[in-house]
Amino acid sequence: MKKLMLGNEAFARGLYEAGCSFASSYPGTPSTEITEFAAKYPEVYAEWAPNEKVAMESAFGASLSGKRSFCGMKHVGLNVAADPLFTISYTGVNAGMIIAVADDPGMHSSQNEQDSRHYAIASKVPMLEPSDSAETLAFVKAAYELSEKYDTPVIIRMCTRVAHSQSVIETSERDEIKDRPYEKNGQKYIMMPANAKARHPFVEKRTVLLTELAENCDFNRVDEGEDSSIGIITCSTSYQYVKEVCGNKYPVLKIGMTNPLPVKMIKDFASKADKIYVIEELDGIIESHCRNIGIEVTGKELFSNIGEFSQSYIAEKLGVELPAYGKLGEEIPGRPPVMCAGCPHRGLFYTLKKNKVKVLGDIGCYTLGAVPPLSALDTTICMGASVSGLHGFNKLSEENSSSTVAVIGDSTFMHSGITGLVNIAYNESNSTVIILDNSITGMTGHQQNPTTGYNLKGDPCAKINLEELCKSIGIKRVTVVDPYNLKECDDALKAELAADEPSVIISRRPCALLKYVKHNGPISCDTDKCIGCKSCMRIGCPAISIKEGKAVIDSTLCTGCGVCSQLCPKDALGK
Amino acid sequence: MTVKTKNIMIVGVGGQGTLLASKLLGKILLMKGYDIKVSEVHGMSQRGGSVVTYVRYGEKVYSPIIDKGEADIILSFELLEAARWIEYLKTDGIIITNTQQTNPMPVITGAAEYPENLTDKIAAAGARAICFDALSLAEEAGSSKAVNLVLLGKLSNSFDFTEEEWMKAIEVSVPEKFLEINKKAFLLGKNA
Repeated sequence: MKKLMLGNEAFARGLYEAGCSFASSYPGTPSTEITEFAAKYPEVYAEWAPNEKVAMESAFGASLSGKRSFCGMKHVGLNVAADPLFTISYTGVNAGMIIAVADDPGMHSSQNEQDSRHYAIASKVPMLEPSDSAETLAFVKAAYELSEKYDTPVIIRMCTRVAHSQSVIETSERDEIKDRPYEKNGQKYIMMPANAKARHPFVEKRTVLLTELAENCDFNRVDEGEDSSIGIITCSTSYQYVKEVCGNKYPVLKIGMTNPLPVKMIKDFASKADKIYVIEELDGIIESHCRNIGIEVTGKELFSNIGEFSQSYIAEKLGVELPAYGKLGEEIPGRPPVMCAGCPHRGLFYTLKKNKVKVLGDIGCYTLGAVPPLSALDTTICMGASVSGLHGFNKLSEENSSSTVAVIGDSTFMHSGITGLVNIAYNESNSTVIILDNSITGMTGHQQNPTTGYNLKGDPCAKINLEELCKSIGIKRVTVVDPYNLKECDDALKAELAADEPSVIISRRPCALLKYVKHNGPISCDTDKCIGCKSCMRIGCPAISIKEGKAVIDSTLCTGCGVCSQLCPKDALGK
Repeated sequence: MTVKTKNIMIVGVGGQGTLLASKLLGKILLMKGYDIKVSEVHGMSQRGGSVVTYVRYGEKVYSPIIDKGEADIILSFELLEAARWIEYLKTDGIIITNTQQTNPMPVITGAAEYPENLTDKIAAAGARAICFDALSLAEEAGSSKAVNLVLLGKLSNSFDFTEEEWMKAIEVSVPEKFLEINKKAFLLGKNA
């Protein structure tokens, strides 16, 4: 049946059709929906793991037990899961295992623009790269065959434009795959030095066999062209832009298997064209390979290693005329993302700004605390870096210890914050960590996590008690505040910064967008009382603006959280 | 460009329901047997930021995105967003925009001003502009949230699909309890 599917939905469909029965992932844009869609098939057990390392190791365990398995993550998640990846490459699998990694060229929703293809090369694991939804579905199914035949995990690299674009696919039935029996095999699965030494040659031999496959497989193909003055080697979404611009004009070698890359196929292709362009987003991986095998190509000197491509970008580089367009001739104000009206983070960040504290930040919606007018963040690095960074920042500085905090969300704390807090307690830095507990993984679109009491399927499950957890780590001072209550936040912050030992403040209130959260209803501004002092504007709420010198509340946005009311000196904002 | 494909952009503010409009458009285009690509924005931009969805259809569609000067139609949920994306319109393209104004944070904080007379400026940029108050019509239909269906109704006049075909696409995309409001909103937009 023909359907219009998001790349990520097609990925999940592929998992279902190929008989995958175990999926474990940590959410991360643009990979999240693969696992969410997979969870909709009753035949596929799917879960959110606390982080990508746990997800990958769980998926490996499921493969070991004989079930086709999957784990998914965004590009930076693969950094966290790199440890198991490099050794699972050595052990290989029992039942097939697929790893999805979704890169984000252009950084629509990421802190860096790393190219995950480096990981496939470094870990010597095969990598496939689809360029639309239909290919995604087909590649997922083929990847399980590859995984079992060559005894290896297989990485499928998505990118934002493949993951988050819908295109037409054809569905088919699920293959019923029998579990593979588990057999104890220490030489294969116990990677102590003697065994690992014996396994390494297997990995090298596997790469040779996979390279032979790359020379002649459905993943790599040549689209013939009429004009051989240029030959184009490309992959992923860049292939679509090339075809959009050139149609069938130039011959195109489309690479679907990025690791290992073919040698003879590329040499043959190059021999038939006068000049070879390699068009790939981010780093020059295929380009370097071409040079290594002695093929002269034009690559990153023409097609940037920064940001996304588009058809116009390719057209311009190839000397194709671009369409004309009308201009407004006026600067248009930007519309950056903002904390939502009623966001529980707002009151807390206002408190931090008011007290002029330095704030080491983390990954989540609360990164938006960096933008004006709150401007309350000093750093954002990676998952968990706020807590461990704070320890280093404070350990040798009394001044920093009394004027610096870390902020980290509940899900991010579960992911990578706990070990940092252990370090603060164990190595005794006088640090104050604020856990922004909004009872959900917010930025990626409301995924459950170990602090929410619900699993991916929405069923009730064990719930981590953050207070008890922090205390058991060795933090004696643990305070809970309501971020809608500015005085409570202010008192707690001052007390914990002044204290002479490590402390945790849990700022607790569920995300305002959660369906079960009941709002008070919008407030309004009493224009007789309002003096236009703009005190309420200091919190950057999208529901408040000033018109004709008075505050105006947008009743379609306002949730009645009351944070602005606490700032009004004339009591003008209320019901 | 050697491939003939129709390009539609749906632009607005994160949270306005632009994704439902593109989902519905995708459904009806699939029913008509076209090759289609729809590119969406998820993640951080959805938090009240400027959002854009690209819908492309034809015999064979390659790129999932639309570049400057390529859009046949821009459907805009907010006036400033219509102005922001105007350069993406073909010189003979049509822009359909809601005249509703939502202040972005730089305007709220006073760092920038919301430009005046945008409907005139959009027309002066050479676009065939259809500007109307979709919010009032959505409220008339029964919910301010039905703005997307009002705009889709207006957009439907640019296609030669029957009203019955549109209604069928609405029925398979919208939950039963909101169906009446959405159908009414669609028709109000279509006849506006």
